[in-house]
Amino acid sequence: MLQFRTARRRWLAAIGLTGVAALALSACAQSERTDDSGSGKVGGTMVFGAAGEPKNFDPIFNDDGESFRPIRQMFDTLVTYKRGTADLAPGLAEKWTPSEDGTSWTFDLRKNVKFHDGTPFNAEAVCFNFDRWFNMKGAAAQSQMIYYGDVFEGFAKNEGDAAGDPVYKSCEAKDEHTAVLNLNKYKGAFPAAFGLTALSISSPEALTKYDADNVAQSGDSFTYPAYATEHPTGTGAFKLEKFDKANKTITLVRNDDYWGEKAKLDKLIFKIIPDENARKQELKAGTIDGYDFPSPADYNSLKSDGFNVTPRPAFNILYLGINGANNPALKDLRVRQAIAHAVNRDQLVKTKLPLGAEVATQFMPKTVAGYADDVQQYPHDVAKAKELLTQAGVSDLTLNFYVPTEVSRPYMPNPSEIAAVIADDLKAAGINAQIVSRPWNGGYKDDVQKLGKHDLHLLGWTGDYNDAGNFVGTFFGREKKEFGFADQGMFDAIAAADAVVDQDKHADAYKQVNRDIMSKYLPAIPVSHSPPAIVVSSKITGLVPSPLTDERFDTVSKG
Amino acid sequence: MLRFIVRRLLQAIPTLLILSLLVFVWLRSLPGGPSGALLGDKATPEKIEALNKVLGLDQPIYIQYFKFLGRILSGDFGSSLISGEPVVAEISRALPATIELSLAALLFAVVLGIPLGYLAASNRGRFLDNSTVIGTLVGVAVPVFFLGILLKQLFAQDLALFPPSGRQDVTIDPTHVTNFAVLDGLLTQEWDAAADALWHLVLPAIALGTIPLAVIVRITRASVLDVLNEDFVRTANAKGLQATLIRRRHVLRNAMLPVSTTIGLQTGLLLGGAVLTERVFVWGGLGSLLAQGIERRDYPRLQALLLLAAVVYVLVNLLVDISYAIIDPRVRAS
Repeated sequence: MLQFRTARRRWLAAIGLTGVAALALSACAQSERTDDSGSGKVGGTMVFGAAGEPKNFDPIFNDDGESFRPIRQMFDTLVTYKRGTADLAPGLAEKWTPSEDGTSWTFDLRKNVKFHDGTPFNAEAVCFNFDRWFNMKGAAAQSQMIYYGDVFEGFAKNEGDAAGDPVYKSCEAKDEHTAVLNLNKYKGAFPAAFGLTALSISSPEALTKYDADNVAQSGDSFTYPAYATEHPTGTGAFKLEKFDKANKTITLVRNDDYWGEKAKLDKLIFKIIPDENARKQELKAGTIDGYDFPSPADYNSLKSDGFNVTPRPAFNILYLGINGANNPALKDLRVRQAIAHAVNRDQLVKTKLPLGAEVATQFMPKTVAGYADDVQQYPHDVAKAKELLTQAGVSDLTLNFYVPTEVSRPYMPNPSEIAAVIADDLKAAGINAQIVSRPWNGGYKDDVQKLGKHDLHLLGWTGDYNDAGNFVGTFFGREKKEFGFADQGMFDAIAAADAVVDQDKHADAYKQVNRDIMSKYLPAIPVSHSPPAIVVSSKITGLVPSPLTDERFDTVSKG
Repeated sequence: MLRFIVRRLLQAIPTLLILSLLVFVWLRSLPGGPSGALLGDKATPEKIEALNKVLGLDQPIYIQYFKFLGRILSGDFGSSLISGEPVVAEISRALPATIELSLAALLFAVVLGIPLGYLAASNRGRFLDNSTVIGTLVGVAVPVFFLGILLKQLFAQDLALFPPSGRQDVTIDPTHVTNFAVLDGLLTQEWDAAADALWHLVLPAIALGTIPLAVIVRITRASVLDVLNEDFVRTANAKGLQATLIRRRHVLRNAMLPVSTTIGLQTGLLLGGAVLTERVFVWGGLGSLLAQGIERRDYPRLQALLLLAAVVYVLVNLLVDISYAIIDPRVRAS
């Protein structure tokens, strides 16, 4: 109704009838209280524009940002991230300790924590969740547990085409507040992966009551049980009031029994507005208080209108991929190095990527443990590029450069423009890159990742958690059509680094991997890290942008 | 007559079957596939392949088609890949939104169009007539989405007179009965909700109703001019009948025949325009479902929506044929 009132108010003012009516109506605005600490107003409703619908609210069955945004407000994980960083911080576990070989993790759990349904959070609840995931039945359900599958590699009984030896072994509730997780092998992803939103802890009672595991296949799609659609029950600072599908709004209310500092807002509403331009207009019209991923082209106009555009710390990578399988010339390291020298990445970042973007020197952002400051650099040097090509005995090199269309990713806002600049740079060094455009979902990913039809391509990745393996391991941990590169030495080095339990040594091992990738292998060329932004109105305070897009709205005030 | 209707209904079955086959094969032949859409950005070829097996998408296409046919005959159109909700539930919730918007646009076009057309004809050659004719030319030529964006920019963003998008303000918590937002507000006596829904309807209804408005004005004007030249009007004038009586009883009534046909035709076209208007105004009707379905490759949703469109098309044609048959018995015989 606020909008109707606002609109009517301005209408009345506009035709100059009376200012009194306007005052009378504004007096109807919600009363707000201010807390004594002065750290931001308490109360009120924030409306945030979301770009898409959530798939459902059961954390374990999701892997996309639009589902995770509301889920993060309702659920907690054992380990979480320090606000505004990718560094680990206590979540539902105050402490986590690995055994010497990393196959057993002891969690000291927070006390006096309750789920939204009033049941206590304790070690049994933690084990109930881990056991639930491990024992999940049904090919339909298993196929939707993307992150679980990645981290834990298999189930008690792999169904459908889930395959692999499970990493999970067992979970024991040693006492009320101590849970011990036993694994079949150590993985470098731990402990960072315990902070994955997909591995949030649910109320065992609600899971049972609302039939949470009953994911059914319906034709070539899935339907989810009531737990996932109507009764998600976590320990988070907000709880679900309603998902109004007709009005496309998700309404969360403050959890007054929250274990931590209670949320300041009374209500947090996510309004689903798929069109980016419409989100911008709604913000300008005052019907929403913020939205995610504003287009870099709008940064300046939004700022000049008084909105706060905050770039997140970049946690992604854009790379120029090289497929060594199709063209014999690309098998030569010198040719790949020539390509690296030919591309003017400084200029590209300045002209085609959003404010705050940085040139990438390796395949992970600076904040990830394992980032090496002393990797081999490839500054823009056309003469050097030509010299390397001559040394390799390559002339008149023509390459198919696959470029996606109909897509904009946080690490790559405008692929066609980026590709055009790169192609020009390559031409200056005597390499003829012929651009082949393919729609992102309509063939690009198939052609590049499955069929390896390309010589060069543009792609990137946003990290899931703070671990080097999530970046370099994902790209170069095994042979892939995308890179057509098969050096067992590189694969082994990554596997060995991943297996190091000691965190410092783990990071050191990955530093060496990064040095080797950049000097000995160069299977692709890292281009840039781009900060995706979030925009809010000047009334909103206390929102801390997260590199992992892991924003929690409990610290937010609207004043 | 009954035999004619039954025969036509039976003829519609193979038409729908062929359409379902075309829709199915066309969607399956697009690169990408539903598994990629389901798995999102982090989909790898291996994951896609594994999911294809779970979903049965690795089977020959004719087997997939017969399974699909079996399911839809039992009323199961699957669930949306985007929302995980049964497609039938999605469509039945979105349909009232589209109908509500189309009705509002039609109302705007008719209520304004007929008097404007009549006034223009009555003032033939004068300023009012000329400006109306030019106005309607512009009205017909402006694309719906462009007008929508323009209206939003001006009236929602710059002047803040109307809400920029959506069907209701987020701070309203309406009770859904029929999913017609205005009607629900009235039925439940939530007057705020009804007024707010009406307020949200104004801009999209104008955007969507402008082309039909222009068409109705032009047809009304032409039709009134035709009737004004008829002998019986001249006779009535000669007999000294009151001018208002002539206009109401003779001119308007006779001029309305082609106008009502046009309104019928425009109603059909409105649904097409609604897809674009809904996109601009984030309306949450069938158009939004379709647009998002295409963007995110939501196969079950697209299949159901395209089939729905086909069924509506076949039914409308059937109704037209039946009405012709009622009017002209020769159609039945042939």
